[in-house]
Amino acid sequence: MLPFVQYVAVNSLLRTMPVISVKSPGFLTTIQDLGRSGCAHLGVSASGPADSVALRLGNLLVGNDENTPALELTLVGGAFEFESNTVVAITGSDFEPTCGGQTVPLWTSFLVRAGDRLEFGATKSGARCYMCVRGGIECPRVLGSASTHVLTGIGGLNGRALQRGDLLKIEAVRSESDFVPRLVSAEILKRIMRSGPLRITRGPQASYFTDEAHSTLSSSPYVVSEESNRMGLRLTGPLLKRTRKKEMITEGVSLGAIQVPQNGQPIILFVEHQTTGGYPKIANVISADLHRVGQLRPRDEVRFETVAIDTARSLLREQEALIHPHSLQPV
Amino acid sequence: MREPQFIRASDHSVLVPFGEEIALEHHESVVRLATALLADPKPFIKNIHPAYSSVLVSFDAARTAHAEVEDYIVGVIKKLSARPMPTSREVEVPVCYGGEFGLDLPDVAQHNGLSVNEVTEIHSSAAYKVYFLGFSPGFPYMGGMSERIATPRLPRPRTHVPAGSVAIGGAQTGIYPLSSPGGWRIIGRTPLRLFNPAANPPTLLQMGDVVRFREIGREEYDRLSAADLQTST
Repeated sequence: MLPFVQYVAVNSLLRTMPVISVKSPGFLTTIQDLGRSGCAHLGVSASGPADSVALRLGNLLVGNDENTPALELTLVGGAFEFESNTVVAITGSDFEPTCGGQTVPLWTSFLVRAGDRLEFGATKSGARCYMCVRGGIECPRVLGSASTHVLTGIGGLNGRALQRGDLLKIEAVRSESDFVPRLVSAEILKRIMRSGPLRITRGPQASYFTDEAHSTLSSSPYVVSEESNRMGLRLTGPLLKRTRKKEMITEGVSLGAIQVPQNGQPIILFVEHQTTGGYPKIANVISADLHRVGQLRPRDEVRFETVAIDTARSLLREQEALIHPHSLQPV
Repeated sequence: MREPQFIRASDHSVLVPFGEEIALEHHESVVRLATALLADPKPFIKNIHPAYSSVLVSFDAARTAHAEVEDYIVGVIKKLSARPMPTSREVEVPVCYGGEFGLDLPDVAQHNGLSVNEVTEIHSSAAYKVYFLGFSPGFPYMGGMSERIATPRLPRPRTHVPAGSVAIGGAQTGIYPLSSPGGWRIIGRTPLRLFNPAANPPTLLQMGDVVRFREIGREEYDRLSAADLQTST
């Protein structure tokens, strides 16, 4: 409990700054920017958004830098009340958002009026959506980033997911008077949100596995287990057998690595992944498909397709060219 | 230092291997390369993951290709020859072995045909080299454990290992600084805090340190635990 004088001071400060009040936090809502690179040698992985494409386009839609802190909502959204006029964009999966009871479109910037409430339901498509506000969510940087690392409890709002009653301030308030609604065209979205197998490249221990394991991985469906989170997605499906019984020496692991413990069931290492690991890695999801991993829900089915590293790089460069203000158009 | 055979681990990373076993010679190569890369950060390099005998370098794949990163690393390695190894610190880590803090201690004993006390004695009598920090924030991978207590990892990793847990994975031993999932066999727990993002440096241990474990009872664990909480808040 704050002393009375301090309480009044904080309260009046909040009144002069635009605030978003968390009326209901949803299942797992965290503050994310593009993540905390450069700390892997301390054992700290980057964290950041599960779907970085959605976060980056959301920030561009409201006129922010791509790396501006925003909210990542997971499976079931929450309710947020705005104290002042704010430019907002919601990207990623469809959580059926409404503003003042009216449906609001995804991938489109719009104006939320002072006193309005943005409400989200349960997802109708993938695992996550992003709520980006013009100016960004105010948040201290821990080791250089605002991103919440849920499993280690650092970054974001005290290293945790949002709770009812949290007050979020807007970092760099800008007038909404010049606001022109924009959207990401359907054609661009179709190119980014492709369906079909996740593309993979061969992992550093690909040779530890039998030929059969490789053909199984690229031909059989796997199911995302309930025990999946931002650290990793555990998959269940046909066993991936090794030719080599010897345990390997622990080494650095990459975002999107598909490691296979002794039980033969693959795990995709994700944004809050361990920085090193001792399980062999049969493959690695390509960079251009990592955002699609962020939209997988428990019980979703995934398939894999092996591509060459050069192909993976071209696909990433094609995708990067789309994440640009020129992909946005007036409504 | 010889020029390594690069392994392209993914479309955005390259593994620089120095050997296939845990050896001080490889550790020195890892420390030299990782230290040099960290001392002169380049915008196209995103992360450096030092490990026992390799360094994984991840990079901005949208703007950089493997060949450019590999050429850069070769250039750095060529200039390393005269770099001295930093002197190592000695750090004592108190551990309360077994019981509720070391659920897998009986399994480790049984696997190696030893008593629980023999495992504790062997584990706490050696000096351990911190080869690198990895896995989770501040987690020290240490070498120097006796083969007599080596035990394979769990077939299926646990989803929750408590902070401070001291564990054995294969021929390696380590300490979990934070609660996290993990597949190593847990034999005890330390009351010390290994990771504090507000501190500089944020980790208790550093690459190259020498660690000695000291067996403590539950009373001393509780006392040290309370003291550590006070100094860190």
